[in-house]
Amino acid sequence: MFSNLDLQQIVFGRLTLESIPYHEPILLWTFIVVAAGGVSLLGAITWFGQWGYLWREWFTSVDHKKIGIMYVVLAIVMLLRGFADAVMMITQKALAVGVNEGYLPPHHYDQVFTAHGTIMIFFMAMPFVTGMMNYVMPLQIGARDVAFPFLNNFSFWMTAGGAALIMLSLFVGEFARTGWLAYPPLSGAAYSPGVGVDYYIWGLQVAGVGTTLSGINLITTIVKMRAPGMTMMKMPVFCWTTLCSNAIIVTIFPVLTATLALLSLDRYVGTHFFTNDYGGNSMLYMNLIWIWGHPEVYVLVLPAFGIFSEVVSTFCGKRLFGYTSMVYATAVIAFVSWLVWLHHFFTMGSGASVNAFFGITTMIISIPTGAKVFNWLFTMYRGRIRFESPMIWVMGFIPTFVLGGLTGVLLAVPPADFVLHNSLFLVAHFHNVIIGGVVFGLLAGVNYWFPKAFGYKLDPFWGKVSFWCWLAGFWVVFTPIYALGLMGVTRRTQHFDDVAVQPYLTVAVIGVFIIMAGIAAFLVQLVVSFFRREQLRDLTGDPWGGRTLEWSTSSPPPPYNFAFTPVVHDLDAWWDMKRRGYARPLQGYRPIHMPRSTSAGVILAGLSTVLGFAMIWYIWWLAALSFVALIAAAIRHTFDYDRDDHIPADEVARFEELRTAQLANGVRADA
Amino acid sequence: MSATAEAGIARKVQDDGHDDGHGDGHGDGAGQGGHHSPGAHGSVRSYVTGFVLSVVLTAIPFWLVMGDVLGDTLKTSIVIMAFAAVQIVVHMIYFLHMNTKSEGGWTFMALVFTLTLVVITLVGSIWVMYHLDRNMMPMTPHEALHRP
Amino acid sequence: MHETTAPPGAAAPVFYQQEEHAHGESGTLLGFWLYLMSDCLIFAVLFATYGVLGRNYAAGPSGAELFDLRLVALNTGLLLLSSITYGFAMLEMEKNRVDATLRWLAITGAFGAAFLAIELYEFAHLIHEGATPQRSAFLSAFFTLVGTHGLHVTFGIVWLVTLMVQVRRYGLIADNQRRLMCLSMFWHFLDVVWIGVFTFVYLMGSMR
Repeated sequence: MFSNLDLQQIVFGRLTLESIPYHEPILLWTFIVVAAGGVSLLGAITWFGQWGYLWREWFTSVDHKKIGIMYVVLAIVMLLRGFADAVMMITQKALAVGVNEGYLPPHHYDQVFTAHGTIMIFFMAMPFVTGMMNYVMPLQIGARDVAFPFLNNFSFWMTAGGAALIMLSLFVGEFARTGWLAYPPLSGAAYSPGVGVDYYIWGLQVAGVGTTLSGINLITTIVKMRAPGMTMMKMPVFCWTTLCSNAIIVTIFPVLTATLALLSLDRYVGTHFFTNDYGGNSMLYMNLIWIWGHPEVYVLVLPAFGIFSEVVSTFCGKRLFGYTSMVYATAVIAFVSWLVWLHHFFTMGSGASVNAFFGITTMIISIPTGAKVFNWLFTMYRGRIRFESPMIWVMGFIPTFVLGGLTGVLLAVPPADFVLHNSLFLVAHFHNVIIGGVVFGLLAGVNYWFPKAFGYKLDPFWGKVSFWCWLAGFWVVFTPIYALGLMGVTRRTQHFDDVAVQPYLTVAVIGVFIIMAGIAAFLVQLVVSFFRREQLRDLTGDPWGGRTLEWSTSSPPPPYNFAFTPVVHDLDAWWDMKRRGYARPLQGYRPIHMPRSTSAGVILAGLSTVLGFAMIWYIWWLAALSFVALIAAAIRHTFDYDRDDHIPADEVARFEELRTAQLANGVRADA
Repeated sequence: MSATAEAGIARKVQDDGHDDGHGDGHGDGAGQGGHHSPGAHGSVRSYVTGFVLSVVLTAIPFWLVMGDVLGDTLKTSIVIMAFAAVQIVVHMIYFLHMNTKSEGGWTFMALVFTLTLVVITLVGSIWVMYHLDRNMMPMTPHEALHRP
Repeated sequence: MHETTAPPGAAAPVFYQQEEHAHGESGTLLGFWLYLMSDCLIFAVLFATYGVLGRNYAAGPSGAELFDLRLVALNTGLLLLSSITYGFAMLEMEKNRVDATLRWLAITGAFGAAFLAIELYEFAHLIHEGATPQRSAFLSAFFTLVGTHGLHVTFGIVWLVTLMVQVRRYGLIADNQRRLMCLSMFWHFLDVVWIGVFTFVYLMGSMR
């Protein structure tokens, strides 16, 4: 008997049949639905014989455009998961008032809010932003790919591997019940002995490697691969925000990695960094995690600012107002974001001098942000505004984001924060800036760049439905949440004794369903646009009258992006080319040097994910094996020197002649 | 190859906006294109200089501490930290061949940015946590040494 | 700030480059440098942790009782020697001499391995005396900071050996030269981190 148990432990670690939560009806049904969906999807791929295509053209591809699209697909899938958590959370809150206990027991509710935060930040917003930067930035600077195409593929699969671990926690074991930043001592071995926190740690560690490497990649791309003539101050604002955002990524994600590594040492080895005894200090974790955490907010929002800038100037038909101040504001925000972290724990007790310093820096950071808002407004002022689907997101963003920012300035006042700390007011504030700023920006970006990526515009009607549902839904949810916060209601509460909160929460539930309609309308928009793609087709490559170089190539762009590298003379290079009568060269094509697809990224990231899984479940032999295999596979990859290929000149010519024909058609259609 | 290098130079010139000494810098590269990076360049002389300086800058702090020369912990700490800072600069110059020009100034800028953030992380954390301890858990150094 | 644009109607300037230009060929060194910068921040966190927790002995042994500065001085010397020998390898590489490059790389690796052996001896000695990473927050922070540096050196040696095989097999081709330059930065970077370790951890920890 004993030897049997030992053997099972050696083979499966702490993974047993009991770890499968089949006794929880909600999870069981979720699993059945996901499994049915998954099996039918995989079955459909097999039936239509698409595995080879997916593997060759997508999974192993090093093309920044395909990788960008894969990031965005991952983000949308994770958005659905994270949003499902949000719906469960708010309905539980609204139901569990007074004598009613609701339908989520505390241990499940705690996992739901932890998963919601973790997924929305790390596996929705981050891949979405990274995908946008990956797709658009190289096109905007006139490059053919990123600086390290293989690394790009690897980064994506690491992010996907982290997401896979988090999703796995739904059906095998459990997720953390600690809140999205897993504060010790609650997240320590003593109070969270299960696998939840380990899933959290390994999911983030695997994805974090990918994020850091992708940051390095994109910075190098901007520095090294700009088209001739594109000086830094002639770069599109989106590229600037990408640069600054990635400069933050490269410097903060190591902090996250190190901090989580210290937490794992506490959990796995028994060290005393964040424990209550033997000289550990759990507040040090809060200090370190927020050194990562606050700049992270700007990692997400700066690219969104960049998208708004591009959209505003395109749809107002004007050069962006105050380009230089926009650039400096971006750089200042990126730097000052490093000096504000303590405002997340004013109440910790560091005293007046420390709190005053961080309160003031927090208020200072609102100044460049405010400057940006004025720049967008002045761009619109006396512009010819076209209210197409990308632009309406900007119109919704500005008032929403400004109010969210103002509540942030309120929270930056330490005495006010002592009242509002950990209340629903804080929850409303950060949703206000993240939904109003980041999500609106990303959806504006999807509507704006979709025709570039797929060759047809998104359906405007459903786009508008989606926008109005999101905007209205957002305010219906978060106005009562603000009010509850001001009344002193704390966050992360599974049950309320006071029935007076129920009317507010009921309104919030109605709002959540309006947002759900917005998400549904977005999905409908994708489907409807696909079926109407012939009417929505963009043959010109420049459906909006764009200003930057991505609109100078076809939609979708050829694998090599540009047959001839554009030469830049002015800010808004494509606008300048159109204005001064560029001539598209029709001959003299040369073979184009391109990186070759490789499966190394999938393999390395897959091994890392297996390593994470083995560590979570204490399956030591598998951990050791996958680690050795990981190192061996990495070394083996370095022996592959032949990583490049050429697209032959006649193939380039074929692509370009097609484009010439399309342009001729496009002109005819316009006339 | 030479055409590629020239195009590279021309592009860098456009990037920098001015060309003082840039072309000359390229000539040092011992015939290898794109050699403007830390880790490149150097000569026996520069490595030996760096080595000798490092040995001196290491030996003195060890001597100060092991021999308890200054007799005052705070004073010794400040002096050896200063030596460490100088030695880091020596390594940067003689071993990593840092200068303000390589890669169009980007490596230097990245270094300055990173060092600033390293200082913020170190000083900020220690400052914040020190004040926390002072406010929330005041104790004498002796107690601190023997607290459980 | 911007160049003045030619007025409309003037002859259109060149908008497309007909010649292929160098396309990100030399991005690797900058990219690797950025990786090192991000690694700096990992060490910054570990140093900050040590700075905060470094005197929390939990009634256990302190640095002054544990550290053997002669051993640390020896280790510092080894790492410094390995830095200059790597530099000599780079000089030989620039002269395109495969054997001499490999010889200096092997010497560098030997110094690195000796450094690691002494560090492991030190760790084993401490653990034997009961000064384990689980003993106090100070020891947790000490082992993690020094150990992370040691892990980096280990990784550097694995990389060094891999590169030696590749140089032996394929010669000093451009790819290998670039890789050797990256490893050179990595190796010197570890030496720079070690300056912080011996000053901040060992020397300052040895003083009362």
